[in-house]
Amino acid sequence: MQYDHILIRYGEMALKGKNRKHFIVQLQNNLKQQLKAFPKTKVKRTQGRMFVLLNGHDPEPVMEKCSNVFGIQSLSLAIKIQNDEADIKEAALWALKNSVNVHTFKVSVKRIDKTFPIRSQDMNQVLGRHLLSNTTGYTVDVHQPDLELNVEIRTEATYITSNVVPGLGGLPVGSSGKTLLMLSGGIDSPVAGFMAMKRGVEIEAIHFHSPPFTSERAKQKVLDLAEKLTRYGNKIRVHIVPFTKLQQHIFREMPENYAMTIMRRMMLRISEQVCKQESILSMTTGESLGQVASQTMESMNTINEVTNYPVLRPLVAMDKDDIIRISRNIDTYDISIRPFEDCCTIFVPKSPKTRPSREKVNEFELQTDFTGLIEEAVNGIEVITLSGKPDADTEFDDLL
Amino acid sequence: MIYLDNSATTKPEPSVLQSFYQASERFFANPSSIHQLGGEAEKLMAKAKEQASELLNVHRDEIVFTSGGTEGNNLAIKGIALEHQGRGRHIITTAVEHSSVDEAFKGLEQLGFDVTYISVDENGVISAEELNDAIRDDTILISMMHVNNELGSIQPVEEVGQIAKQYPKLFFHVDHVQGVGKVPLELTDSGIDLCTISGHKIHGLKGTGLLYVKKGTVLYPLFHGGNQEQALRSGTENLAGSVSLVKALRLIKEREHAGIKHMYMLQRILRKKLSEMDGVEVNTPEDAAPHIINISVPGLKPEVIIHTLGERDIYISTKSACSSKQTDESKILTACGHGTDRSTSALRISLAYDTTEEEIHIFLDALAEAIDQLKAVLE
Repeated sequence: MQYDHILIRYGEMALKGKNRKHFIVQLQNNLKQQLKAFPKTKVKRTQGRMFVLLNGHDPEPVMEKCSNVFGIQSLSLAIKIQNDEADIKEAALWALKNSVNVHTFKVSVKRIDKTFPIRSQDMNQVLGRHLLSNTTGYTVDVHQPDLELNVEIRTEATYITSNVVPGLGGLPVGSSGKTLLMLSGGIDSPVAGFMAMKRGVEIEAIHFHSPPFTSERAKQKVLDLAEKLTRYGNKIRVHIVPFTKLQQHIFREMPENYAMTIMRRMMLRISEQVCKQESILSMTTGESLGQVASQTMESMNTINEVTNYPVLRPLVAMDKDDIIRISRNIDTYDISIRPFEDCCTIFVPKSPKTRPSREKVNEFELQTDFTGLIEEAVNGIEVITLSGKPDADTEFDDLL
Repeated sequence: MIYLDNSATTKPEPSVLQSFYQASERFFANPSSIHQLGGEAEKLMAKAKEQASELLNVHRDEIVFTSGGTEGNNLAIKGIALEHQGRGRHIITTAVEHSSVDEAFKGLEQLGFDVTYISVDENGVISAEELNDAIRDDTILISMMHVNNELGSIQPVEEVGQIAKQYPKLFFHVDHVQGVGKVPLELTDSGIDLCTISGHKIHGLKGTGLLYVKKGTVLYPLFHGGNQEQALRSGTENLAGSVSLVKALRLIKEREHAGIKHMYMLQRILRKKLSEMDGVEVNTPEDAAPHIINISVPGLKPEVIIHTLGERDIYISTKSACSSKQTDESKILTACGHGTDRSTSALRISLAYDTTEEEIHIFLDALAEAIDQLKAVLE
């Protein structure tokens, strides 16, 4: 006997009225996408839940892949058997014997198929007795069992599941449209991307690259971060903007204490153009209130003036410690702390304006015509698609 | 040439040498340099580490590249002792360790550490129970080898790992140098905190190796400097060496299953023929690792046999190469309880995956002849 299914429960999504079908199909597609490395698996939908059929693949690695998919409330390994008392007894016994660190258990039978002759309450007793009399060292605990064996007798078959693993929650990526994530290479922006994805948003990323002030390695760092995020969704396109000329111009021509504010306004303007070109409806940043000079309320107000696209700031109310904790969980922290200069750290003015005003900044910007420079930057964008495929990197294969 | 001294060192695999050469040529930059070339070198380094961690089924950050077995053992033992001496100064090892472990313990003894040496039975194997009894409140380290380099005896490291797990205050180090590719060892959930691997015993290059350092294990480094290798081993990374090591490790792991079976087959032939040979005693126990068979020819100086075989282009060794220049007496055989006639006349034959049955037969004939010849001279 072996676990042959993964049972997937999707809590919040089940509530979503008319869109329900759309959410569920999206989740199914995302699961299929993530499980490409396991070619024999099949993702099936039934009433109110989803199953991954393992068809001979090892359960653990498939479970792990599934647990990175948003829109899942919880997952369990499951065995599918016929609606037959003897078969159910045998499978329940196997599941109990194959769980580790278990001393107490509880059986919960749900009889959905009312043609099955034994009622749920009675079946609980039947199975409990069977398990106790065929094992030693286990006791029943209905309040806090180490293991809860769920037996669902449905019309088509019976499913036995044991230990419930919590999923990431949220909504399936792709069910809430697309956003353009401004990815600098720091700790915050990948976390912001992760949080947006959690609400079902698909991501494209934009990065401002200023060679020779920022290096190829800073760019690689951003690509590595985006690659990490592909684990939670599908492929991610990264728009690399050649920013050197525009950035130099700002720092040469604009008052030093306003240069940073103006630079950020330029970034938003360029991002908005990319959004328009790619039919993306919002931008996402890793800003959190009060962290640095550019993230004061005044600063946000002044920078945000240049676009009427929504700017999502999933981290706005979060503490740095919480952000770092998430970045460690999603494995981006170690990449983010690689010590390369990025576009935000290279031209740091001695005393940036922490309370910039819209009037002043507009006055300064009128002194030069930035249109040509912005256009040049947008036209020079290089798009790199990260697929998240493990075998994508074969560069060193001959050496290793 | 018939080379049967694979426990001393192995012949580098040509494709491993190729990797070393290519990596040296193409990726010579310092991985810590911030320019493009440094970036490429760093990327290759990361890839090498990732592959090593996949082969060993551990996390990337748990791999520290070293210069080989001696460094790995020293870093593990002194690293734990110096870092955690505040908790206690009692450390445990066995009576049959490689000199890089044994001397490290002797050195720590001179610094005031209290050492318990666990004894072995006639097969060269310790008792896990005796080791358990030796653990005290102030014990901070157990260090032992997995496979003995002279006899091939396998120590119960899995069992000791389970014991070590019961004592959260102590660390468990395994010298796995002779075990890689011969006696598989699973590190996950093993209770092992540190594990030494060397490159040149698996057809890699001298000067390469790695130490597995389980997450959360803090060591006092032997080398201070630029904080390379998670700050556990400063010094510009030996990128080409590390790449070659990882390649050697991959090639060994790919052939491991069939290779071990093949060597056991050869070992059975050797054991049968040698035990039938007049004047030869087999020292290696029945359930040993597949690649070593140790014998004694009492009455004959081992060195003379080595040179006689050497004239016919056959190479075996006396006890461990690392200690064979000192006296003739094998510390290990003495620890197993053998008398001087046997412990001073030991020879070690050690195999590789590519050793052929034909080579074994040629060696056996040559050895029988050499013994006859020398006995005639001496009588």
